Amino acid sequence: MPVDPLRAPHDWLDHDAGPVVRPYAMTQGRVAPSGCEFDLVAFVVATMANAAPSPSLQPEHHAIVGAAWEPTPIVELASKLDLSLGVVRVLLGDLRSAGLISLYEPPAASQPHDVDVLKAVVNGLRAL
Amino acid sequence: MDSVRSDRDGTRSRIPVALKILIAGGFGAGKTTMVGSVSEIRPLQTEEVLTGVEGADDTSGVEGKRTTTVTMDFGRITITDDLQLYLFGTPGQDRFWFLWDELSQGALGAIVLADTRRLADCFPSIDYFEQRGTPFVVAVNCFDTERRFGSEAIARALDLDPDVPVVEFDAREPLAARNVLIELVEYVARRQLLAAGSR
Repeated sequence: MPVDPLRAPHDWLDHDAGPVVRPYAMTQGRVAPSGCEFDLVAFVVATMANAAPSPSLQPEHHAIVGAAWEPTPIVELASKLDLSLGVVRVLLGDLRSAGLISLYEPPAASQPHDVDVLKAVVNGLRAL
Repeated sequence: MDSVRSDRDGTRSRIPVALKILIAGGFGAGKTTMVGSVSEIRPLQTEEVLTGVEGADDTSGVEGKRTTTVTMDFGRITITDDLQLYLFGTPGQDRFWFLWDELSQGALGAIVLADTRRLADCFPSIDYFEQRGTPFVVAVNCFDTERRFGSEAIARALDLDPDVPVVEFDAREPLAARNVLIELVEYVARRQLLAAGSR
């Protein structure tokens, strides 16, 4: 594995060690978002390019707002920002309460998938 | 819940349609390999080294496997700007069952990977999707060194409903993995049309 020369190597800590901050420290211990559960592929859109600094917002909140200018699914945010899914959900609950993001849930689970959409998927996969 | 599309400034993209497909199967059956071979982005892999203690998996037949997936792998296939496919590798061990309900919520369907060396490993996945009514196909991951059994024999061994597709493929081959996805989506479409016809 290539070593980044800008990051001083430590014998005692490497990437395999995992996060140094325990995940739910970022959420003050909250494990569930205020309001409902968010689907993994619900899209997040920031309502503004940058959130104004506020004592109630952590760096991770700002990072989410910055990353969600283009509609971005929750899983992508978690992956991009290297945060656990549960943490992202809690932070999204805060951001939604503050009016900084909009959330777009996928159509209801009970609804059957549109056959035209399925055909488009098959054609798209064939073209890969 | 907001349901309108964002067009306040006209410069940002519309909200695409995202479909979920689950990749399930026993430990070491090739879920991570499959997600990685067809998707655009690197799967979100959180793998943990197997320690051989406290309820560790039985790795007989897959001794080369040193790590296990503890959260999920995911990958994206962009069909068009408005249509994206997300693949989720379901966590392979019993202690992660709680994640399955969330993953299968609203999912298009599932691919159950079977390893003929340890066929019974995919039973829980098949039971789960049958109970939930989630459409699934069984994909037999064939490694070069193994003998093939034929999909009919495997369908019999798994006691599948006759309409459930069973395909043999190599999870490392992007085209083969893509064909399994096509098989699943076509199967879902067939079921949908049948259901619409019988209404």
